[in-house]
Amino acid sequence: MLNIRDLYASVEGNQILQGLSLSVQAGEVHAIMGPNGSGKSTLSKILAGHPQYKVDKGSIEFDIGGTMKDISAFEPDQRAREGIFLAFQYPVEVPGVSTALFLRAAYNAVARHHGLAEMDPIDFDIFVREKMKILDMDAKYIDRPVNVDFSGGEKKRNEILQMAVLNPRLSILDETDSGLDVDSMRIVANGVNVLRGKRNAMLVITHYQRLLNYIRPDFVHILYKGRIIKSGGPELALEVENRGYDWLIKA
Amino acid sequence: MPEKNESGKLPESGLTGEYQYGFVTDVGADSAPKGLDKDRIRFISAKKNEPEFMLEWRLKAYDHWLTMKEPHWAHFSYPPIDYQSISYYSAPKKSSSGPSSLAEVDQEVVRTFERLGIPLSEQKRLTGVAVDAVFDSVSVGTTHQKELEQLGIIFCPISEAMTKCPDLVRKYLGSVVPVTDNFFAALNSAVFTDGSFCYIPPGVRCPVELSTYFRINAKDTGQFERTLLVADKGSYVSYLEGCTAPVRDENQLHAAVVELIALDDAQIKYSTVQNWYAGDKEGRGGIYNFVTKRGKCSGRNSRISWTQVEAGSAITWKYPSCILLGDNSVGEFYSVALTNNRMVADTGTKMIHIGRNTRSTIVSKGISSDFSSNSYRGLVKVLPTAQNARNFSQCDSMLVGNNCSANTFPYVEVENNSATLEHEASTSRISADQVFYLQSRGMSKEEAISLLINGFCKEVFKQLPLEFAVEAVKLLEMKLEGSVG
Repeated sequence: MLNIRDLYASVEGNQILQGLSLSVQAGEVHAIMGPNGSGKSTLSKILAGHPQYKVDKGSIEFDIGGTMKDISAFEPDQRAREGIFLAFQYPVEVPGVSTALFLRAAYNAVARHHGLAEMDPIDFDIFVREKMKILDMDAKYIDRPVNVDFSGGEKKRNEILQMAVLNPRLSILDETDSGLDVDSMRIVANGVNVLRGKRNAMLVITHYQRLLNYIRPDFVHILYKGRIIKSGGPELALEVENRGYDWLIKA
Repeated sequence: MPEKNESGKLPESGLTGEYQYGFVTDVGADSAPKGLDKDRIRFISAKKNEPEFMLEWRLKAYDHWLTMKEPHWAHFSYPPIDYQSISYYSAPKKSSSGPSSLAEVDQEVVRTFERLGIPLSEQKRLTGVAVDAVFDSVSVGTTHQKELEQLGIIFCPISEAMTKCPDLVRKYLGSVVPVTDNFFAALNSAVFTDGSFCYIPPGVRCPVELSTYFRINAKDTGQFERTLLVADKGSYVSYLEGCTAPVRDENQLHAAVVELIALDDAQIKYSTVQNWYAGDKEGRGGIYNFVTKRGKCSGRNSRISWTQVEAGSAITWKYPSCILLGDNSVGEFYSVALTNNRMVADTGTKMIHIGRNTRSTIVSKGISSDFSSNSYRGLVKVLPTAQNARNFSQCDSMLVGNNCSANTFPYVEVENNSATLEHEASTSRISADQVFYLQSRGMSKEEAISLLINGFCKEVFKQLPLEFAVEAVKLLEMKLEGSVG
């Protein structure tokens, strides 16, 4: 589904990714771990198409309608409509725009692209409340402006709600656990687990192992200086938890 | 709310695009020589076949104007205007005293308005909107007159009203904005050439939107239109105003005066979408939009609402205001002002509370981008007589980019302790991160910006008739394209 080959990428002239390769198949959950500054957030932004992040070399191929296509030059909205979703580490506040309106605009933009029927506010309200119930989320903030005055936990849950509404094929969770207490993390992780399925894949980017107690990955990759220096199963995350990153870096 | 016209096209109010309305209509013009003196004023008055009192009124205004100084106190500077290099009268040929029917209007002029989305011919006209079209100095056609007449509504060019109903004109003209009010109002009173007049009789709810569309075409011409709108007891009217002008390198002066009068239980909704030519990227050319707009709630329980979307003009300088004289009267001001390139807007309102239990609401949204400057300036004044007056003001600014500026100048003068005033203000920014966030959810950049602007301006847009709101959003989107991210 996703094939990153020998990727070099930079932001504001600093090359952060230096020869990263990664292959993800439908149904898989991959965890990306690494110390601060290793390029984890750059990876998430370059996949989502953030305009300040540039691909210098290599390719990002994504399955579109059964064929692998290089999406390096795609606009962020094109990528989103093709099924790539980034759950932001720091979700942005959008004053004046209600969460319900925002979610529906996003849903309809994607639906339109796939030739599906758009939803009117009433149908959408029923649809989104159903999703919130599945995710064990409070419906109260659906009428509030997007992320404005949301707590850290609410913002992260809102990201997962967006994911549930858009039903992407590839979800990238960028440090979704950061700033969450244990209860919030469990709710978020439950949401993610509900959305796991055979047709979609997930890239869970995290600094700490603890989120992986709740979202069990199929593969764990260690990112350092812009490339993957070690890959393994869930046990690799536990090893990092016990021993830190130093032994990997020195090796 | 405007309905679709027979061609199925919505009235566009001339508002989309980079500046699509910059074309010049090649039409023979009957213009007064440049310059201003008493003979020129007599010329204008004679052209209009005005009653004697009007000429006297104009000359009085002119005498007063001569004693006044061009104001330069605002938060911007502009080069002194040479009032002798402006022509104060320009009319498309063949219509020296205003055409008596649309058949007499030059077809080029009719086509001009069609290009602007304002069909004037009887077959194509907008069903839900009665339009008075003003081309340079004269009204070239007013639609729906017959239907309105059956209800006793008078809606016609103001030059026509002087002979049709001189008593009403005499009674109300200058009653809200006296000839001595300010420099530009005095000038306007001396030289105004046309504009719309509207009278709604007691108890009548005007069934269509009344609309005036202003078009400046001729070069070196000032447009000085005068609008007078009287809503008699218990009546209701919603009025729309749209404006465009050709692209020119020189600045052109537009100094209009609008007066509204609401008697007991009457309600006036006045909406403006202003898209005069704003000059180029370097700030060359564009309209100086120096306008005096004021409404008087003279009756009990009367209500005047100003809604404006100001998106054009090199400089906009206007404060649509309400004098809340009648007990329980209500004044409202909803404004979106967008500036880009080198545009300057200094706009706001004055709410003068005189009657008891008077209420006012001010919602101002300023959006500035590029190198522009956008100021809100407002006065809430509560006089000793205004027991239990209430005001709510909200002034929000949005900055797009780092080179623009936004200012808020709220003035408050309260002389009655029972008054309740609330003021909220905020400054925010459309950031590249917001746009990226929305795009990463599948919305195109245009949709993203539209959603952000809509969110920012929604309290104002919801006051506009629906199609105008749609057009207004489109207009703002176009203007901001390329400024974000």
